[in-house]
Amino acid sequence: MSRPIGNTDMQQGLLPVPLGHYLAVAAVLLVIGVFGIFLNRKNVIIILMSIELILLAVNINLVAFSASLNDLAGQVLAMFVLTVAAAEAAIGLAILVVYSRNRGSIEVEDVNLMKG
Amino acid sequence: MSAMFFYLFSALLLASAASVVTSRNPVHAVLFLIVAFFNAAGLFLLAGAEFLAFILLIVYIGAVAVLFMFVVMMLDVDFVQLREGFQKYAPVGAAVGAVLFGELWAVELGWQGSPAASSLANSPTPATVDNTRALGMVLYTDYFVLFQVSGLILLVAMIGAIVLTHRRREGTRRQDITRQQTRAVADTLETLQVRMGAGVQELGILRPKPDTLTAEVAPAHEPADWEH
Repeated sequence: MSRPIGNTDMQQGLLPVPLGHYLAVAAVLLVIGVFGIFLNRKNVIIILMSIELILLAVNINLVAFSASLNDLAGQVLAMFVLTVAAAEAAIGLAILVVYSRNRGSIEVEDVNLMKG
Repeated sequence: MSAMFFYLFSALLLASAASVVTSRNPVHAVLFLIVAFFNAAGLFLLAGAEFLAFILLIVYIGAVAVLFMFVVMMLDVDFVQLREGFQKYAPVGAAVGAVLFGELWAVELGWQGSPAASSLANSPTPATVDNTRALGMVLYTDYFVLFQVSGLILLVAMIGAIVLTHRRREGTRRQDITRQQTRAVADTLETLQVRMGAGVQELGILRPKPDTLTAEVAPAHEPADWEH
C-alpha cells in the first residue's frame, strides 16, 4: 500500500535521509544565493556566483525528488539546468569582460547606458 | 553512515556558500564556490545520481569555476571599492532572505505529496542498470529533442561569448585572406637584367621599394602592441 509523501511521512526512496532534509538544504542554499545578490549589489562577479548557487539549489531539489520518486526525469532536467547555467556563466562573464574593457569598472550600480 | 555523510556534506556546502557571498576577496569567493560544488557533488552521490555528481565536478569545477577564476584575475578592478555599501545592503538582503525562507518553510510544512506520485513516474529508474546507463537510455530516446536543444544553447552561448569579447585592435598585423588569395604573380615578382658589377642601389632595384615600405608597413622602430 502506497502512503502519502509529505512532511509527516516522506518517502525516502534511495535517499539516505528523509526527503525533507534535502529540501531544507536546498532552501537554505537558495536563500543564501538571494542574500548574496542583495549583499554584493556592486560586484557582478559575486552576483553571477550567487546565481550559480541558486541554480545549484534547484538541482539539489530535482535530484532529491528524482531519487525519492524513483523517476529519472528529475536527473535529466537537472542536467538541462546545468547546461543552461554553464551557458549563462559564459555569456555573463563575456559581457562583464566587455563592460570592464569599455568602462574600466564593473560597478553595476551605475549601469545606465541604455537609459534614454 | 551515509546519513552522517549527508549532514557533513550539507554543513560544508552551506558554510562555503555563505563564505562565497560574504568573502572580501573574489578569489577566495571562487575557491569557496569550488568547495560548495564539491560538497553538492557529494550530496548527488548520496542520492544515487552518480553521473550528475561527476558532471558537476567536470563542468562546474573544471569549466565554470575556472572561467570565474580567469575573469577575476584578468580584470584589473579595485575590488575593495566594490565592497562599499556592504553594511547598507545587508539588512535589506537579510529581510528579503528571511521572507523567502519563511515562505519556503511554509511550503515545506504544508506540502503533501500524492500517494500515486511514485506510480506515475515519467521514466522510472530501472533497478538492474547503473545510473549512467539508465540516464543515457532515457536521454537519447524520450528526451532527444531537449538534448539537441541544450546542445544548440551551448553553441549559441559559445558564439555569443566569442563575438562579444573579440576585438580588432589598431597596430596589429592580421592575415587578410582576400588579399592573399587575389594576389597575382605580377604584383610581387619582377624579373630584371642585372649588369655585372653594378649595385642594387644605382640600378634602382632595391626591393621592397622604399616608398611602398613606408606606405604599407608600419616603421620598424615603432613598438608593436604586444611589446608593451
